[in-house]
Amino acid sequence: MKRLINHRPSRANALWMGVLPFILIGILYLFASHARLAENPDDKLLPSFSQIVQTMEKSALTPSKRSGEILFLQDTLSSLSRLGLGVLISALLGLALGIPLGLIPLVRSGLSPFVAAFSMVPPIAILPILFIVFGMGEVAKVALIVIGVTPLIVRDLQQRVEEFSREQLIKAQTLGASTWTLVIRIILPQMLPRLLDSVRLTLGTAWIFLISAEAIAATEGLGYRIFLVRRYLAMDLILPYVVWITLLAFLADFLLKKFTCKLFPWYDTKERA
Amino acid sequence: MKSFLHSTLKLFVATTLASTVMATSLLAETKEKFQVAWTIYVGWMPWDYAQQTGIIDKWAKKYGIQIEMVQVNDYVESINQYTAGKFDGCVMTNMDALTIPAAGGVDSTALIVGDFSNGNDGIILKNKKKLSDIKGQSVNLVELSVSHYLLARGLESVGLKEKDIKVINTSDADIVAAFSSKDVNALVAWNPQLSEIAGMKNASMVFDSSKIPGEIIDMLVMNTKTIEENPKLAKALTGAWYEVMALVKKGDEGALKAMAAASGTDLAGFNAQLKTTMLFHDASAAVKFTDSDALPKTMQKVSQFSFDHGILGDGAKNAEFVGMQFPNGKTYGNQSNVKLRFIDTYMKMASEGTL
Repeated sequence: MKRLINHRPSRANALWMGVLPFILIGILYLFASHARLAENPDDKLLPSFSQIVQTMEKSALTPSKRSGEILFLQDTLSSLSRLGLGVLISALLGLALGIPLGLIPLVRSGLSPFVAAFSMVPPIAILPILFIVFGMGEVAKVALIVIGVTPLIVRDLQQRVEEFSREQLIKAQTLGASTWTLVIRIILPQMLPRLLDSVRLTLGTAWIFLISAEAIAATEGLGYRIFLVRRYLAMDLILPYVVWITLLAFLADFLLKKFTCKLFPWYDTKERA
Repeated sequence: MKSFLHSTLKLFVATTLASTVMATSLLAETKEKFQVAWTIYVGWMPWDYAQQTGIIDKWAKKYGIQIEMVQVNDYVESINQYTAGKFDGCVMTNMDALTIPAAGGVDSTALIVGDFSNGNDGIILKNKKKLSDIKGQSVNLVELSVSHYLLARGLESVGLKEKDIKVINTSDADIVAAFSSKDVNALVAWNPQLSEIAGMKNASMVFDSSKIPGEIIDMLVMNTKTIEENPKLAKALTGAWYEVMALVKKGDEGALKAMAAASGTDLAGFNAQLKTTMLFHDASAAVKFTDSDALPKTMQKVSQFSFDHGILGDGAKNAEFVGMQFPNGKTYGNQSNVKLRFIDTYMKMASEGTL
């Protein structure tokens, strides 16, 4: 009798098993939607697939009457650019703060408690202050992502630098490396893949902050659209948007992982993934 | 492999069964107890008071039923939940009643017309004094809400169009803080946020709902089928409402203080909000308002606005898509799709004292 942990599915079976939950969710939805629509053909909570397709085609994929732009595309582009900019700034800040915090004891003693405390402040709770400092435009939305995500990256990176092998640092010092050379030649190259890992793991948080920022004040974006049409329960627009956001997040994660593998083949992503 | 397929098949059948059961339970309606949702707003605080002091229970007992008033924190969510069938009734404005439940195919009836906004909604500009100065500005407001409607009516009054300004959707919870931001120069809000903002430096209120009286109406909306099958529910709710109204009319300090505290303000603050709310203390006044010729005209404007902004849904070919009925046989829109009904039946009973 083979033990359970030694049963391995074949490739085809593994694929089938992976897809199964998605199919089941789809079927469950179909049943529930059908039952509600039989009761009330105008039901908005669980629209039929054909209705979803129709709405998406009409309100999201054809150029809007008012601006002549394709809403779905416009929403996606503005959300992605906010997210991209926010995450990029966070990553750079993370690098600029995380390395000195992890490597230089003097910096660590001075700043580490502050960073640890600051990272615990929930940014959503201090929104009014953020409005006055950053205004209510694009800057505020990117800032909310940066404030939410940077502390996580900084602390993760600091941890990685602290874990860094002492032997390498001592060896480099005996060969005459200055602190600056250590950072540039030893630490930085080895921290870059770890930074990408960190970015990958904080991407979920970044999305949450993006959607909240767009819910508060915006004129376009994926989160804006969802919160706007929620006012009249247009689930036929909300559901495809949610699926799209999930897909985008999944793709971003996948691409970052591939990118890390390609750029730093020596770095084992499996070990920390 | 065979056993694997077999178990998968079993799992499949089980899930299908489970989902069917779940789907039917979403439909199931057991009617032993009724639930009505309410949210914090000056015109709806009497519901909370009626529940807290046992007035609701008293009336429910009189008609041999059980009624629970459920407070929901998020206004739109409460209407969505009502539309999805979780509640038998919910408090909302005339516009939201049209665009959420009625446009969503849930036949709804305005059982009690409680009040209309008489200054509770307003447009505020920073450093500007007249409404026409709004031209070319960005305006922060809750898009597609009564604020948006008020803005449209305001712009109309000074010969401007919506394309003369830019609308920025802003959450009502953050709109007070938004005014302090340097990017914000114009906004539309409702009370209590409105009076908070109006009191700030450089703020001037250039237009408010008292200039369009009777167009933003707060009411108790019930599922039509539910009250047709259970007139007792309608009677009990109406009875309880006008018992509290009598206290408010009398200026009963205990009652007003309790309502003020529950809405997070004090007696003075609550009275200030009442001043900009045209509350129908007497059932007869509410009946007169509901029977008036102005109401169908207002609903026509609201319907047109909603259609122009696409919030009647994709099925709507014109503003008449959702049919409405008013007392004395007055109608508006498609009469084969009547989803919103204004009735005076129970308010009349209250005014005649026959509840």
